Amino acid sequence: MRGQADERPGGGPPLDETRVPSRWGVVLRRFLGRRLALAGLVVLALLFVLAFVGPYLTPWTYTDKDYAAFLSGPSTDHWFGTTQTGGDVYALTVRGMQKSLIIGLLVALFSTGLAALVGSFAGYFGGWVDRTLMWMVELLLVLPSFLLVAILSPLFRGRTWLLFVVLLAAFLWMVTARIVRGMTISLREREYVLAARYMGLSGPRIIFRHILPNISSLLIIDATLNVSAAIIAETGLSYFGFGVQPPDVSLGTLIADGTNSATTFPWLFGFAAGLLVLIVLSVNLVGDGLRDALDPSSGA
Amino acid sequence: MAKFLLRRLASSIVLVAIAASLAYVLAAASLSPRSNFEGRNPPPPAAVVERELDARNLNDRTPILERYGTWAAALVRLDFGESWDGTSVNAEMARRIGVSLRLLIIATILGSVLGVLVGAWGAVRQHRFSDHAVTFASFVILSTPVFVLAVLLEIAAVGVNEAVGASVFEYTGEFTPGLEGGFWTQAVDRMQHLVLPTLTLVLAQIAIFSRYQRNAMLDVLGSDFVRTAQAKGLRRRTALLKHALRTALIPSATFFAYNFGLLLTGATFIETIFGWHGMGEWFIESVTRNDVNAVAAVSCFAAVLVLFAGLLSDLAYAVLDPRIRVGA
Repeated sequence: MRGQADERPGGGPPLDETRVPSRWGVVLRRFLGRRLALAGLVVLALLFVLAFVGPYLTPWTYTDKDYAAFLSGPSTDHWFGTTQTGGDVYALTVRGMQKSLIIGLLVALFSTGLAALVGSFAGYFGGWVDRTLMWMVELLLVLPSFLLVAILSPLFRGRTWLLFVVLLAAFLWMVTARIVRGMTISLREREYVLAARYMGLSGPRIIFRHILPNISSLLIIDATLNVSAAIIAETGLSYFGFGVQPPDVSLGTLIADGTNSATTFPWLFGFAAGLLVLIVLSVNLVGDGLRDALDPSSGA
Repeated sequence: MAKFLLRRLASSIVLVAIAASLAYVLAAASLSPRSNFEGRNPPPPAAVVERELDARNLNDRTPILERYGTWAAALVRLDFGESWDGTSVNAEMARRIGVSLRLLIIATILGSVLGVLVGAWGAVRQHRFSDHAVTFASFVILSTPVFVLAVLLEIAAVGVNEAVGASVFEYTGEFTPGLEGGFWTQAVDRMQHLVLPTLTLVLAQIAIFSRYQRNAMLDVLGSDFVRTAQAKGLRRRTALLKHALRTALIPSATFFAYNFGLLLTGATFIETIFGWHGMGEWFIESVTRNDVNAVAAVSCFAAVLVLFAGLLSDLAYAVLDPRIRVGA
């Protein structure tokens, strides 16, 4: 396949001295060469650590109430201050980060997977499959996904948040599906796909074995950028109470609670909002770096 | 050309009808107006609840298709029905639609024009400090959700107001209720209220469009026809504006349609945060109050706007790309 000349099975002497770096080696080196993308990756890793290790660093949990401290500013006892009801803002914020990060990752995974399936099937089979699927895409693009998920929000209220993830993913895949379809159409007539077809491979097999692996760069880039889109969508819906439901918290619900006192009690708003922007910014930087590394012909 | 647009218009109308129907059916299936009555104290008699719900076509015991039939039959006469408390949806819409359209139209025009200019300017000055600064700023704004951006601007406005010692920027409502004064006082008052919400939306739009336009422009700047244009003696400015920018606008025209849904979502946040009584704020209220007919009406409004944006982007496409005009 591609670039495996550097590994010789059996430990024999190398046949030639020129080492051909593997494709992923090249991609990795290009990615590491971009300072901003690397910074994004490091910050993102730190944010993950904060979200998942952070809760163990403080005696307070996100449901605890400190009746001795209402609306107190950041202190050694409450690192990010307390809320109107005495909740520890630090514990709430790290819990909210967990929720927002997990939901963002899952939604991006689901929606990119769905987009890959729909786009490649529509592009490969053409005809009525293509027309039906693309008509669905067009219909779903007419109504902003925010409206649709908000309308359907009572369905998952009081049930598991996984339902929210599924709904969010169900309305975020359309644009990617269109791009995947376009790429599939251009791959469909390539020699290796034709060869596979004449060997008698079934359509779905060709899609999974030959088409999808060849557009994996696009899918990886898109999945990454979809994480930030999903986090923004999730926090936006939670902001209005259409997403993560109390007593659970997400960065969106925290920001909503802090918005009205952003000038008087800045810690209620600032920490959650700042961390949210930091998360989205670093995901976008990583996505951008990946795009440049995987597809050098795009952009600068 | 006219034929192509007419065909697009016809298919758009069909899509609006289907999208509005979808929104209605989803809203009718998931929202329950009955719970509004159940929450009352003392609870109203069951017969009254049924009668009230039936009168507004909101009874969940009526089969959903039957309710849809009633709703669609009224919609053909452009009647969106009644809210659960008996007020007319059409009247409420008439009150709110102008507020939203003002915000959306100003933000769309300013945002896309300035965004395209900033993006093109950045591409021409690639690798200079100003390009890096603008690119990074747009990247940060792009990563800031609208509801955070709005509050940050509000905080900045409070700071400015305190520094000046007068309320230069207003951040609640779209005008001061009960303000005395002639036309100019009213106009200035409206402007003061308009600045922050519009600025929030415009900044977000500039960030998106400039990024997109910069990439498109960079692709074009290296191409042969721009060099040819300069080689045959055109001034750099003319070559850049007439040859490069025009071509680079084509992908942005497509993007304009895609982006419009996001713009609508952003406007919803802004209306709620700055207390504008527009369509977006109404949507949020209606979902919370299980107001099926109002939710369907706002969805219909959104669908019409998104498809109108699509039509505009087709039109722009046809104007910019001669090949389309010949083909259609």
